[in-house]
Amino acid sequence: MATQHSRSAARIMMAPAVILLLGWMLVPLMMTLYFSFKKYLPLRGGDLGWVGFENYARFVSSSSFWPAVSATLMIVVGVLLITSILGVLLAILLDQPMWGQGIVRILVIAPFFVMPTVSALVWKNMFMDPVNGLLAHLWKFFGADPVAWLTEVPMGSIIMIVSWQWLPFATLILLTAIQSLDSEQLEASEMDGAPVLARFWYIVLPHLSRALTVVILIQTIFLLSIFAEIFVTTQGAFGTKTLSYLIFQRVLESQNVGLGSAGGVYAIILANIVALFLMRIVGKNLDT
Amino acid sequence: MGRIQLKQITKSFGNVEVIPPLDLTIEEGEFTVFVGPSGCGKSTLLRLIAGLEDTTSGVIEIDGADATSLAPAKRGLAMVFQSYALYPHMTVRKNIAFPMKMAGMDQAEQDKRIASAAAALNLTDYLDRRPGQLSGGQRQRVAIGRAIVREPSAFLFDEPLSNLDAALRVGMRMEISELHKKLETTMIYVTHDQVEAMTMADKIVVLQAGRIEQVGSPMELYRTPRNRFVAGFIGSPKMNFIEGEEAAKQNAHCIGIRPEHIDVASEGASWSGVVGVSEHLGSDTFFHVHDTGLADTITVRADGEVGITSGDRIYLEPRADMIHRFDDAGLSL
Repeated sequence: MATQHSRSAARIMMAPAVILLLGWMLVPLMMTLYFSFKKYLPLRGGDLGWVGFENYARFVSSSSFWPAVSATLMIVVGVLLITSILGVLLAILLDQPMWGQGIVRILVIAPFFVMPTVSALVWKNMFMDPVNGLLAHLWKFFGADPVAWLTEVPMGSIIMIVSWQWLPFATLILLTAIQSLDSEQLEASEMDGAPVLARFWYIVLPHLSRALTVVILIQTIFLLSIFAEIFVTTQGAFGTKTLSYLIFQRVLESQNVGLGSAGGVYAIILANIVALFLMRIVGKNLDT
Repeated sequence: MGRIQLKQITKSFGNVEVIPPLDLTIEEGEFTVFVGPSGCGKSTLLRLIAGLEDTTSGVIEIDGADATSLAPAKRGLAMVFQSYALYPHMTVRKNIAFPMKMAGMDQAEQDKRIASAAAALNLTDYLDRRPGQLSGGQRQRVAIGRAIVREPSAFLFDEPLSNLDAALRVGMRMEISELHKKLETTMIYVTHDQVEAMTMADKIVVLQAGRIEQVGSPMELYRTPRNRFVAGFIGSPKMNFIEGEEAAKQNAHCIGIRPEHIDVASEGASWSGVVGVSEHLGSDTFFHVHDTGLADTITVRADGEVGITSGDRIYLEPRADMIHRFDDAGLSL
């Protein structure tokens, strides 16, 4: 099949897709790089010429830069921890034979289909509202003072909202992994005298390591650029300003495209650093 | 150590009774083989003994103590699974060490037992590999090694050779038999292959639909099968069954004669027919003879060098003292 002719034909046929994807990625990247070296204020004079690395220096020296980096990492780590731990537990639970299994599984997957903006709005207005929210009513029912979630524990609230969205994804992938575990292995370990927790630790968890790696890597990619949930809840207030939200503020609220673009480049660097660490830590699971 | 007694054991899955009340005693040090066609309940019976399935009623005694509701690990039995069930993320060494680690054995003793098991099973060079890097036979030996180090009172084998190729199977058969001679531990071995049963067993238990058809030594079953099922199941190729007039001559509903107990004779012998397929094995030749007027096909064993081919007329003389007679319920007369 792989003759010279069919190979060149394949190349030609793949070309449109490759060119489109490449353009899609390269054009914004190039424009970001281009603007990051310019002083470009659309409403205050437009393109004011090249400024070298001034934007980069200003972006890092801003008092909100390091808090934004740490907020970003906190959300990523928090959501990853919650979704992987609860995901494993939920997957084990859903793997048990029970009545109404099909419906329960569909319900568990459902939050993943809700748009981030919508889910954040629902959480903000229906659950976390300190006056009318369901959680406020629950607190009052037990005689406690309602918590103003988004002002008192803003970071925790956002981590909770985002975890709620991503938990189904983790659960789904881990459930399929758990179902592929050979039952004879569990029986063998039972014969070998391993109690339930030891079976989980020595047999189930290692079996899930590859699926967990996939969950962690994919979630990290999406969580680093989280935006909508912050935009509709705290608007970056109370220490929840992530790097992507900071860039948004620089570009749209301060109308400083050059400064925002420099921030974008920093975001790329941060993403790569995180990816490098992750690949070191969990990536080896993908080899075997 | 290692006497297992089953008293009135039953097992049902829902309304389906897989094993009707069953009694069986496995003596200490005995190599017992459960054999039967697939779906006869032999694996279920083994899993009941192992404790991986709960009995519906009845009592399992191991060394005289009631073990019916004991956890699998507490029964002192080790099991080798059909798929080997090795832990894929652990090295061979860790696989073998796992049951000892779970028992909290000290490291020095663990190392000693691993070393001796590895030496006995030719695994010393592979201790740091993972199961995925081993061949089928090596994986099989690791599974056995994992069982040996526990020093169990009995070994349970669940069709351990069915995933190996034919040549390796013969080799592993010998190795397991030798292991039994050396350890002198009770072994229970489940298989659907009557050749494995005949070659390895001290005692064969023939099962059909959850019932024990016959228990006995291989040669007992071969010489004096209790009924038609056992007669047909033990021995290869299968025994020939003849019904009708020829059987009536012998005062039976049905008579059976093994292919090796029919001699190729000259004209004027009792039976004759036309050779259909002939299988030449070198040492033996098996003829499938048609048009005998007795049964569809009569299988006959002859010497390897006999000069008869497909399509020839053949004359057969059964050895009269080797004919088994069965009544209309299939029981031996």
